[in-house]
Amino acid sequence: MLLTRYKRLPRRQFGRIPPINMKEWAQIRLEEAGEVTRAVITGPLLVSTAGALDPHLRDASGDIDEVDISEAGPFDTVGAWLVFRFARARNAKIVGASEQAEILIGAVEQCESTADIAPPREASLRRVAEGVGVKTIEIAQGFGRNIGFLGLLLVALAGTVRHPSRLRGKALVRQMELVGISSLPIIGLMSFLIGIVIAQQGAVQLQQFGAETLTVNLVGRITLRELGVLMTAIMVAGRSGSAFAAQIGTMKLTEEIDAMRTIGVSPVEALVIPRILAAVLMMPLLGFFASIMAIIGGAVIGDVMLGIPFLSFLARIQEVVPTYDFYVGMVKAPVFGLIVALSGCYQGMQVRGNAEEVGLRTTKAVVQAIFAVIVLDAFFAVFFTKIGWA
Amino acid sequence: MNETEPQADKVDAAPQEVPEEIAQATNEYSPEPYSGEFPIVISGLRNAFGDFVVHENLDLKVRRGEVIGIVGGSGTGKSVLMRSIIGLQFPSEGTIEVFGQDITAAEPDEVIGVRDRWGVLFQGGALFSTLTVAENVEVPLKQYYPELSKQLLDEIARYKVVLTGLPESATSKYPSELSGGMKKRAGLARALALDPELLFLDEPTAGLDPIGAAKFDDLTRELANTLGLTVFLITHDLDTLYAICDRVAVLADKKVIAVGTIPELLETQHPWIEEYFNGPRARAATATHNRAKGIDNNTGGGS
Repeated sequence: MLLTRYKRLPRRQFGRIPPINMKEWAQIRLEEAGEVTRAVITGPLLVSTAGALDPHLRDASGDIDEVDISEAGPFDTVGAWLVFRFARARNAKIVGASEQAEILIGAVEQCESTADIAPPREASLRRVAEGVGVKTIEIAQGFGRNIGFLGLLLVALAGTVRHPSRLRGKALVRQMELVGISSLPIIGLMSFLIGIVIAQQGAVQLQQFGAETLTVNLVGRITLRELGVLMTAIMVAGRSGSAFAAQIGTMKLTEEIDAMRTIGVSPVEALVIPRILAAVLMMPLLGFFASIMAIIGGAVIGDVMLGIPFLSFLARIQEVVPTYDFYVGMVKAPVFGLIVALSGCYQGMQVRGNAEEVGLRTTKAVVQAIFAVIVLDAFFAVFFTKIGWA
Repeated sequence: MNETEPQADKVDAAPQEVPEEIAQATNEYSPEPYSGEFPIVISGLRNAFGDFVVHENLDLKVRRGEVIGIVGGSGTGKSVLMRSIIGLQFPSEGTIEVFGQDITAAEPDEVIGVRDRWGVLFQGGALFSTLTVAENVEVPLKQYYPELSKQLLDEIARYKVVLTGLPESATSKYPSELSGGMKKRAGLARALALDPELLFLDEPTAGLDPIGAAKFDDLTRELANTLGLTVFLITHDLDTLYAICDRVAVLADKKVIAVGTIPELLETQHPWIEEYFNGPRARAATATHNRAKGIDNNTGGGS
């Protein structure tokens, strides 16, 4: 199939402009026959040929008693509609209609309607005010529902703890693979580059004080404490949080979720718990992996730019980075994982109506997750400093 | 309307020059309506997905102005056949001519001068979900005839919606607000937007209640008669076959095994056809059909 397609490609004629045939357009002329003013419409009255006639019929002024269509044809419903509308607007009689034209004019006459094309829109000032109000209420309710969803999840988790056989082992492993293993390359590369950037920029500034050896402290502490986990959370939100929302949202649209419920399978147990557990379990591992990759990136720069041998850089890291920096990162990681997975699954479950909603909810899931992660990170920073892990 | 006009004889009646840009814009110019005998000619068609062969050496000719029903068991490739004809499924062998144009020789999006002459109703309606019903109807019109004014587009959309039997209020509704049957009618309105010569219907009555299905059948027949359409109709509905199809093509054994009126088909004595038309459901449909004919005849005699 693909092969045949490929072979045919050279035949494609890019930019070919098809010949413009001389098209015969419908036209109108006026005839005076004694007392009677007659508008004679000629030419084909089809959707393809009547377009140019329409403005003339609309703008024409003056009295018309008869509309003669004996010289017009062939007809379709658009042509019939034009004739019908023109004749009615002028109170004119239609004469010379062929049998086909009469049938079509009769058909469109019955189908006349004055309905709106789109639902009416409010005035823009009101719409903006209303929009702001609706948004505000939505945000408040959304916050409440997020908490509610978390509660629902905890109840389901408690159920799983009491009956461990209800845990979907296969689904959990599968999700762990998707969230964790398959994101290793991208997270590794990203962190490695971030490590390089921090070390290089830090070294440039620290050299001014002759303190370039402190680059080791900078890279080691900032990656293990903050950036490793934070950047990983952002990447997981983009990679997995969005996927959760889109998958669950699509399943909602195709009524798969309803089908589960009717069979007695809890969608929270089957879909949400494996995803959330996977994210919570994989985030610390990914965060640690990211920190290590960033340190390696920093060590490479140290070797190349500062003349600190690669292995000495790593040895220094062990001396200057306090162990609690590692704990700070590892405490935050599962919380971030929970937030990312929660907002992905929550938004997915909120999908209603049409395909557009899936896209909207997916975007919302990612934005919400990243925002919440950064806000929480700020709180964590203050908290850990206060308890003495500065 | 024009009582206030002081000069009765001042009428814009000069033969119009068609503006250059309009003449340029409509590059897919349809010539006269097709006057040949067979708007669709399929010969030697072969469709295969990997090793699974759906069609092998399939031939079919559709006559102008007829309503042809396509029947066949599940998985015999009725929808694949339709998709091949409208250029969505590229056959591995064979040719398909629509209005004398070879569809298989054209690239998927190439301008070939036939896409503005057919209308397609997909199974679920396939309405664009972000547009209202009327806006859906306007899409093909805008695509092919940019010279049409917004006013005229709206007028056309309005009468097309009512033409397909939808209430006026459905015009401004979004597809998600419509029931399954209404979606089909809205899909039909979009398929009829360009006043096509050829109409493809993929299981139009599937999922409709019997009353809705019968109404849809009547509508199809009436439109075919009024607008002079050729209708290519895929269906499982025996009532539809009896009520509105001029001929029926039977798909089995990877090809069209028979084409003809239902009595003609029964004479072929092919086991599948026998089973199909002599099953309990078919007998019920025949009985209904005969009863209906009897009633028709009576009123005919009375008037």
